[in-house]
Amino acid sequence: MELDVAILSRIQFAFTVSFHIIFPSITIGLATLIAIWEGLWLKTHNPYYLQLAKFWIKPFAITFGTGVVSGIVLSYEFGTNFSRFSDIAGPVIGPLMAYEVLTAFFLEAGFLGVMLFGWQRVSPKMHFSASLIVAIGTWISAFWIIAANSWMQTPAGYEIVAGKFHVTSWFEVIFNPSMPYRLAHMLLATMITASFLVAGISAYYLLKKQHINFAKKGLSMALWSALIFTPLQTYVGDLHGLNVAKHQPIKLAAMEGIWPEWEAPVPLLLFAMPNMEEERNDYEIGIPHLGSIILTHSLDGGVQGLKSVPPEDRPYVPLVFWSFRVMVAIGVGMLFIAVCGLLLRHKDRLYENKAFLLLTTAFTPMGVIAVLAGWYVAETGRQPWVIHGLVRTMDVTSLLPAEKVLFSLIMFVVIYSLLLGVYLYFMGKLIKKGPPKMADLERQLIGMKAPGYALAWVKNLKHQEQGDK
Amino acid sequence: MDYALFYFLILGFAIFMYTLLDGFDLGIGILFPWFDNNEERDHLMRSISHVWDGNETWLVFGGVILFAAFPSAYATITSTFYLPIMLMLFALIFRGVAFEYRFKSDTSKKWWDIAFSSGSTIAAFCQGLILGAVVEGIPANASEANSLIWLTPFAILTGFAVMAGYALLATSYLYMKSRGEIQLRVAKQGRLLLILVILAMGAVSIWTILDQAEIRARWFDGLNFLWLSPLPLASAVLSYIAWKCFASDHKAKHESWPFWCSAGLFLLGFAGLVVGLFPYLVPRQMTLWEAAAPDSSLSFLVYGIVIFLPLICAYTLWGYRVFSGKVEDYEEGY
Ligand code: HDD
Ligand code: HEM
Ligand code: HEM
Repeated sequence: MELDVAILSRIQFAFTVSFHIIFPSITIGLATLIAIWEGLWLKTHNPYYLQLAKFWIKPFAITFGTGVVSGIVLSYEFGTNFSRFSDIAGPVIGPLMAYEVLTAFFLEAGFLGVMLFGWQRVSPKMHFSASLIVAIGTWISAFWIIAANSWMQTPAGYEIVAGKFHVTSWFEVIFNPSMPYRLAHMLLATMITASFLVAGISAYYLLKKQHINFAKKGLSMALWSALIFTPLQTYVGDLHGLNVAKHQPIKLAAMEGIWPEWEAPVPLLLFAMPNMEEERNDYEIGIPHLGSIILTHSLDGGVQGLKSVPPEDRPYVPLVFWSFRVMVAIGVGMLFIAVCGLLLRHKDRLYENKAFLLLTTAFTPMGVIAVLAGWYVAETGRQPWVIHGLVRTMDVTSLLPAEKVLFSLIMFVVIYSLLLGVYLYFMGKLIKKGPPKMADLERQLIGMKAPGYALAWVKNLKHQEQGDK
Repeated sequence: MDYALFYFLILGFAIFMYTLLDGFDLGIGILFPWFDNNEERDHLMRSISHVWDGNETWLVFGGVILFAAFPSAYATITSTFYLPIMLMLFALIFRGVAFEYRFKSDTSKKWWDIAFSSGSTIAAFCQGLILGAVVEGIPANASEANSLIWLTPFAILTGFAVMAGYALLATSYLYMKSRGEIQLRVAKQGRLLLILVILAMGAVSIWTILDQAEIRARWFDGLNFLWLSPLPLASAVLSYIAWKCFASDHKAKHESWPFWCSAGLFLLGFAGLVVGLFPYLVPRQMTLWEAAAPDSSLSFLVYGIVIFLPLICAYTLWGYRVFSGKVEDYEEGY
């Protein structure tokens, strides 16, 4: 078989960006939670908040580190594998990414050192500020990269001069039609992902009857946050869907598995096997009219279907269709957990109900899976376009010998598999180790108030640890 | 105001900051094999574990400035140097995660040591390779060729030169951050590396002058050499000061001087390169004006640079101040 460099480059980009997004979707939410806990600790002096912050900062650190190294790869991959894309769209995408570095990456990196290693070097207030700044940095970073991606989905504010994109209005480029929805949806997604991570691990401790008080506090807070953010996410997701219907109707048709050029009324398909060759679905199970209600907010509203464009302008339907269902199913499951949590809380059974704790533990990684599924909907659903309606992905890859890309792709698969294994291993190790002892934290509290004491105290602790070994 | 020139300066600043800052922390990885017990290696890692992320961000910054301001040059350079860039990225992955995992591991520590030192070394070497190959010039459409055009003897020389330079920066950084036995040892290594770096800079200069007519003309036409002679002269002076300050007795007074002298050497070497290559971004193929993005993009980014770059420098400096002084071996992580 002839190796196709364009296909290889696409596989490599999809693989590396999918790997990368696992980590930001945890760090953005977790950084925010850590900053909140530290703030609460400063305000209330309740040591449980400090314990939460000091425990979660460790998983945060390894997640962040992996996010950084996998992100650096991406910022070069635009040039290495999509050089013709960089050449023509660089004037639009480049400045957005440069702003991301200037306003977010330096901020995160600059204050991360203090957040991770500065406990004894700065005052508690300053430390809290550093954590807060890191959290804000991650949000700003999401803002710019989502703006860039959304512009590729729904381009605006540009003109094409001699085959290259020139910007006519930066405001329109940044706040392009799909950007507000995508940004809100993504930021909510990270908050949800982090909440379910914290809830899941806390529930696991409760099941194992370890670190009970710590786990109760964590579970309680994480479920409150899930209760706020999951319903919001469902609402924003619905708006996002309407926005897709307006600007990317063919993507929507793929998400919903709609083939006829125009279908009305639209059913909501629960199950189907989209068949690309015969341009129809096999084994369809659906609820009549529900699709119309959701998509057009009327009983018999119609939408454009896949057959309204030639086959070469359609995405690979089964992937879009199923990814969408995975994301929504997880979203509904999360909503269910959040509501159950509220009911159990009312009956004072939140920390005892085994079935609930088991379900919550099982949902620990679900946020990440939903985020990946969501991105697969958004990104594969817009194919064959890289800049929607204007530039085809296959036309803008680098002209490289296929062997080189095959080599790097194999290396990425090997290295990233290793990296994921190591990441999960160390996460497991940190979770097994559990939170820092309350007694140690209280001593540290004294240290915070008496400068000079803290360093001596840590020195002591270090000697103790070595004695233990 | 000529935007293209402004961005050329900013790009130069980004590359210089990157080589200086990530230079000393990649250099510490290069020095790793010469520190063979666990405590010493802990000490070395600890001296940079709070700054490596910020340092590496300058690499991202350099990349995106090239992307944003000179998209055509970014496209050409990154796709032409596909393999060395990928190798560099793989190497940076290994060394980056080693920071997080090394301190948390019990049994796998030696693997993280290997990941850190080989990752740093390979990354530094690849950067040198790319630099050398850029100086030699890239034939048009080189990315489509299956050959390894960047693997020339000259590029290999610059690869080793960059490694030596980074190691020198690392010794001079450690000289100011550590005490006692380690400080004495890095002073000795520092002097050795200083000799290596001067030899390498000399070799690279002579090679380019002999090999490339344009660069030769730049240096020796008319009175040019007179104007440019401060570059080699200042290099000699800085090397001499660094040599003197790397005192291998305990009376080290000017502990930070070797670092600033090495930084100065880097700056001068960098300036020397720019003198030879200006105004090309992709030598002999694409000048900075040919590669520049349209004004609408360049003018938009100016605000960000003017406002945020000074801020970045300020809080980066603050970060170094927070952790100023010698590395304490008992300090708690997070
Ligand atoms: C919505 C969030 C989001 C998305 C969609 C992406 N990233 Fe990311 N990225 C982040 C959120 C983030 C972050 C939260 O800011 C990270 C994660 C962990 C970290 O260290 O910062 C990060 C790190 C990170 C870094 C390292 C920064 C440093 O040196 O500190 C780079 C270069 C990139 N990313 C580049 C990209 C590119 C080119 C992407 C798209 C193709 C991308 N990211 C998608
Ligand atoms: C971080 C979450 C993201 C994920 C999981 C993701 C996933 C994917 C996937 C699976 C594809 C392949 C589609 C295909 O070829 O069939 C793709 C394509 C692409 N994405 Fe994303 N994406 C993400 C974010 C972004 C962002 C933020 C940008 C730009 C700023 C971007 C730029 C691109 C480009 C240029 C392509 C076309 C190349 C290709 O087809 O592989 N992506 N993405
Ligand atoms: C249950 C209700 C939900 C609905 C109706 C919904 C709707 C949508 C829609 C329509 C898209 C496609 C946007 C596009 O193609 O550009 C999307 C994308 C996405 N979804 Fe959801 N979603 C839901 C739940 C979730 C949950 C629970 C998460 C994660 C925790 C999530 C994470 C994402 C992500 C990361 C994307 C890709 C980025 C984007 O385009 O915003 N979604 N969602």
